[in-house]
Amino acid sequence: MLKYFISILLTAVLSFIAGLYLPWWGIALAAFAVGVIIPQRPIYSFLSGFIGVFLLWEILAWWIDNKNDGILSQKIAQILPLGGSTVFLILITSLIGALVAGLAALTASYLRKSMV
Amino acid sequence: MAISTAVTVVVIICLNVQWGKAPPLGKFLSPQHGFWQNAESVDKDFGEDLKLTGLKGKAEVYFDDRLVPHIFADNDEDAFFIQGYLHAKFRLWQMEFQVYAAAGRVSELIGNKALNYDREKRRMGMTYAAEIAAKEIEKDPVSKSACDAYTAGVNAYIENLKESELPVEYKLLNYKPEKWSNLKTALFLKMMAFDLAGGENDFEHSNAKSVFGLDDFEKMYPYSQDSLDPIVPKGTIYPPQAIPVKTPDNLDSVYFGKRDTADLAPQQPRKDNGSNNWAVSGKKTKSGAPILCSDPHLGLSLPSIWFEMQITTPSFNAYGATFPGGPCVIIGFNDSCAFGMTNAARDVLDFYEIKFRDESMKEYRFNGRWKQTDFRYEHIGIKGESEMIDTVAYTIFGPVVFDKKFSGNSHRTNGGYYAARWKGHDPSNEFLFFNKLDHAKNYDDFYTALQWFHTPGQNCLFACKKGDIAIWDQGEFPAKWRRQGDFVMPGTDSSYMWQGMIPRQENPHLINPERGFLSSANQLPADPAVYPYYLGGDYPPYRGIIINRYLSQENNITPKDMINLQTENYNVFAEMARPVLLRNINMGTLDQDEKIYFDMLSGWNLHNDPDEKGATLFVVFWDIFTKVVWDDEFARTKLPTVYPFASTLLEGILKDSAYKFLDNINTPAKETLRDDVTLAFKKAVGICKVAEADGRLQWARYKATRINHLARLAPFSRTDLPVGGGTNCINATKEDHGPSWRMVVELTPKTEAYGIYPGGQSGNPGSPYYDSFVDSWAAGKYYPLWVMEKEEVNDKKIKWKMNFSGQ
Repeated sequence: MLKYFISILLTAVLSFIAGLYLPWWGIALAAFAVGVIIPQRPIYSFLSGFIGVFLLWEILAWWIDNKNDGILSQKIAQILPLGGSTVFLILITSLIGALVAGLAALTASYLRKSMV
Repeated sequence: MAISTAVTVVVIICLNVQWGKAPPLGKFLSPQHGFWQNAESVDKDFGEDLKLTGLKGKAEVYFDDRLVPHIFADNDEDAFFIQGYLHAKFRLWQMEFQVYAAAGRVSELIGNKALNYDREKRRMGMTYAAEIAAKEIEKDPVSKSACDAYTAGVNAYIENLKESELPVEYKLLNYKPEKWSNLKTALFLKMMAFDLAGGENDFEHSNAKSVFGLDDFEKMYPYSQDSLDPIVPKGTIYPPQAIPVKTPDNLDSVYFGKRDTADLAPQQPRKDNGSNNWAVSGKKTKSGAPILCSDPHLGLSLPSIWFEMQITTPSFNAYGATFPGGPCVIIGFNDSCAFGMTNAARDVLDFYEIKFRDESMKEYRFNGRWKQTDFRYEHIGIKGESEMIDTVAYTIFGPVVFDKKFSGNSHRTNGGYYAARWKGHDPSNEFLFFNKLDHAKNYDDFYTALQWFHTPGQNCLFACKKGDIAIWDQGEFPAKWRRQGDFVMPGTDSSYMWQGMIPRQENPHLINPERGFLSSANQLPADPAVYPYYLGGDYPPYRGIIINRYLSQENNITPKDMINLQTENYNVFAEMARPVLLRNINMGTLDQDEKIYFDMLSGWNLHNDPDEKGATLFVVFWDIFTKVVWDDEFARTKLPTVYPFASTLLEGILKDSAYKFLDNINTPAKETLRDDVTLAFKKAVGICKVAEADGRLQWARYKATRINHLARLAPFSRTDLPVGGGTNCINATKEDHGPSWRMVVELTPKTEAYGIYPGGQSGNPGSPYYDSFVDSWAAGKYYPLWVMEKEEVNDKKIKWKMNFSGQ
């Protein structure tokens, strides 16, 4: 269980750092790296990648939106089109990042298995 | 494992590329890269220390609470460098998008649906014109150094731009900015030139002449108006013309008598592009100092076409509206004088029909010989497709815009070849004019600067602290014979070509007039009965009439009075039209509801104020009356035509109650003015009843003024603004067009100035400064324009500071 929480936390931290220096898909590398370093069953590996980036992107988007008084998110949520719902926009944001990171972590877990 | 890897990679690729209109989702939604990065903190600190290659000295920029930058630089080059940097920092996407649109490169961004648009821009020679202009800029050391510095400033910003900092529109459309260049500055200028001096109706008028005959054409499209109050008052005497204009010998048979038609309708600038400006001399003001007012009417957009700034160097200190896209202050003032422009609206774009030897277009007939064509190959990039190469033939007149391979927006292949002679293709250096204007200290400096202003011709208004006021209908205008260029002209010989340019001393102008004021509002600049050259073009008379009426009545004028005048909603056209309309409504045929609306119209105060229902009724009534009168005539042809001006119809029915066109030619009966007016009124009441039931009969709600985002993204636009005014009002705010920079400058020893534009300093839809002026603008409010002194660095209005230095 501890490994699981550490994986989530590490995914979030590494993904944030990757975001500073790499394109957006740096989160996949981060989640992959965590999946390689910390051995877990594929389903847990996927979940830790998924949850790690889900939380990171959820918090970042919420934080930015809060400082912006929702000026831009309301407009983007009409362009995308999400009926102008900022909550929905933040959720979609987090889910997309989570899915990518989850898949990358899953891949790492399989890779580890096949190499061991 | 392999499947999992493949799925991961495929998902990433899918989220990294664009699908149809949707942005690449992963890239776009990432909080550290995508649009979230454009959601700037509402208390963002704009302060910064920058070391940039290309700067000669040090400079400071102070931002006030409206995000207006006040630049203090050691020299002009550094000031223009920083102007370029700041334009890019706040308006990069707009700057580049405008240039793409001007150059016919929109297909690169949105695919082949823009191809027809792009081809016409290419075939109009927009880039060709800009290349010539860029050469002119670089010939003169002053304009070269200003534009070079400006370009370097824009590029300094672009080079240091991180992916996360890209304006949100780049992220939505998934592309990146290119480097700026002097050619792009020139393209921006040519975009404005086309917007203000690209209007013509050659094909539409040729069609109308062919369908209706020359006699009726003269009645439907007369040269002048009875009500005209020209910029230079009637009674002025002009010197004999320096350029004798010889009319071609075969005019009646070949030109006026010709009945050719063409199913062509070139892209047109907005008909509403116009403006007001006026100046009052010290003898009419309370302070004794002149006041200058300028208010350019353009298509309203977000981000706005204007960006407000102050530029201070040892050689000048100018404040006002600048164009993101080029250096200098364009409409504004300096320590000595103030300046403003309205569009001269002269017809400087004419089409000539070319006779090619064969479809290869290699040779064309000119003065009895075969003349060689030049070809220009336009490479048009198309998103998602391979590029298209469009071959454009260039003749002695200019580019062949329409040929058998291109008919613009018409779906039919046209049988002819039509070349454009456009003044915008001629060499000129307008940024040098603005540069000199920013430095002007007196009337002589202004007059000297004017020589560089060729296209788009403007009514350039000037006032200075020494007390002079002056207006010049300035531009390099072709000397034309009557009706030259109103129709498509034969291009087989030189007899129909422009024979020369009017010497600038002969351009209509007025300096320190006895009446104590000057004004222009896109009306005819001079009385056509006495001005020696043909002024053909599109000149609405009404705003000029009402401005001059107010200005001649008022004395002891203050800036506040001028603000009230700029935002005045009085409808002088309705004042003239309502009596004849009301008189001709057949009361006996009105039902109870119609009588109520009759009372609404007759009781209306003639102001297009936001809550006036009478204003809506009048506008709807007049529109329908126009249709009742003209629709039957124009149903005779499916070819492109334009309806006659409102002034023509109004003056027609005022002069002659049996006006020829009142009869509906499709009925056996002979309709009278009374029949047409009554029919139109009943129809108008029908429309107004529906509007009233919807709660939108009040003028502002009916008009529903909006400011569209440049790429028409609705959530980035502002809609349903509570603004009155409209066509023919001084406050010329229409549905999506109107006063784009209202400015009032009193030239007291310490300048007192007010201004506002419908937008905000930031081009970022995620910034609180994106549309921060819009509500105040809609309410008719102004901001005091603060000319900051270097000693005022501790003023409370200053919010942020940027330090610039070279490296």
